[in-house]
Amino acid sequence: MELLDRISAALQQGNDAAVLQYTGNAIEAGIPASDILNRGLIAGMDVIGLKFKNQEIFLPDVLLAARAMNAGMGELKPLLMKAGVKAKGKVVLGTVAGDLHDIGKNLVGIMLKGAGYEVIDLGTDVPAERFIDTAVTEDAPVIGMSALLTTTMPSMRDVTALLAGRGLNTRIKTVVGGAPLSARTAAELGADYYAGDAATAVDIVNTILS
Amino acid sequence: MSSIHALLAERPVLVGDGAMGSMLMKRGLQKGSCPELMNRTHPEVLERIAAEYLAAGADIIETNTFGGSPLKLAGYGLDSETEQLNGEAVVCARRAGGGRALIAGSCGPTGHMLIPYGTVEPETMLHGFRRQIGALAEAGADLICIETMTDIKEACLALQAAAETAPGLPRIATMTFDKTASGYVTIMGVPVARAAERLTASGADVLGSNCGNGIDAMIEIATAFREHTSLPLLIQANAGKPELRGTEVVYPESPDYFAQRVPQLIAAGASIIGGCCGTTPEHITAIRAAVDRALGRKGAHPA
Repeated sequence: MELLDRISAALQQGNDAAVLQYTGNAIEAGIPASDILNRGLIAGMDVIGLKFKNQEIFLPDVLLAARAMNAGMGELKPLLMKAGVKAKGKVVLGTVAGDLHDIGKNLVGIMLKGAGYEVIDLGTDVPAERFIDTAVTEDAPVIGMSALLTTTMPSMRDVTALLAGRGLNTRIKTVVGGAPLSARTAAELGADYYAGDAATAVDIVNTILS
Repeated sequence: MSSIHALLAERPVLVGDGAMGSMLMKRGLQKGSCPELMNRTHPEVLERIAAEYLAAGADIIETNTFGGSPLKLAGYGLDSETEQLNGEAVVCARRAGGGRALIAGSCGPTGHMLIPYGTVEPETMLHGFRRQIGALAEAGADLICIETMTDIKEACLALQAAAETAPGLPRIATMTFDKTASGYVTIMGVPVARAAERLTASGADVLGSNCGNGIDAMIEIATAFREHTSLPLLIQANAGKPELRGTEVVYPESPDYFAQRVPQLIAAGASIIGGCCGTTPEHITAIRAAVDRALGRKGAHPA
């Protein structure tokens, strides 16, 4: 098996030690860092994302794959920086004000990173200003917001309203998701996009940034 | 109050209570503040909610301790208050309904993941559940309700903690499922069959499902459970998927909608029927009436 395929396969199995080893081997073999990233790690996460979307695998498998991806990225990051390889784009991500739930948000972060995006994860209970200020400072064209509680999902409107108020809503797009949300609710909240699952969130970001 | 086993022997279907979180919001819980802290700051609110569910005909009242594990309370800097906040919740519920309803000590997920998926060691999680469930039992809960679980390991750790710290109390364990192409499975990949098998092996007396689904899906989930267990089944559906109308959050499944489906839920094998997110005392009133009608015991329960 080719080394990059091995990286991808080990990542899909959630075998972080093997990913680390094969990534090191690939670097030693002189394979360009961007190839190791795209045809090894990201290729593996692509399969994971697809299988997760098709409900062939579940959250634990995704989390283990993400851990394996991080192991490979640790090796690769200095080389990518040296080679001037940039992420496909930046996304600011967080759970909205008043809400401390982070499993769904983390899953979206994993999938976005797995697809080659830089994710600025603001954590949970993120105030509206912080979402927007970070997107402006970091020059990120997408804000992703998560809420698990019906009582906190209206916080999303604070962000969309503030974006519009500052005249930033044409330049920064919002993607929302979480258990109590629906496409209709997302529209009510003034969001640009609704992602029903993490894989869809990646598709949406692909569309926005293409 | 007699035990849940005695009650179930007497009446084949019991009525649980409805939502807590949305009721607390209506009565002053601030967004972003700790719901369990209200057990101390607003005990009268907790007593009134319990009294309303009791008046609606609930046989079982749950304590406001869903997020009462120290791992969860730590998010509000309140982990050192674990024993007190859980105990105070039981006192509130007992004051409202002690002797007339069973008091179920609620125990929800910690919000953290076990290694290797997350960072929490099983021993840490177990210790947290021991503190919470021990306090619930100490304060006089009649049973322990481990609920809304998605990770089978976490649910089994909570059951273990209950067996150790509340050995005399019956244990309910429910999980939250999503519909997939291959049946109902939790977000952590646990199908109904495995939930039934593992929860039973870990000492649950009652199995079931709460949250995540409206009542129609719950009929299917109860049917799926019945294929794998003969234990009593607790089912607590959400009042559907919430919709936003302006600034108001509206749950689409009305008390009537629930009541109409209660006979199917009983036929599917549910033994205790209550409500989860978005349900109200009106839902419980409707469920009570529907249960009594279905069992041919009209007026049997003096609510």
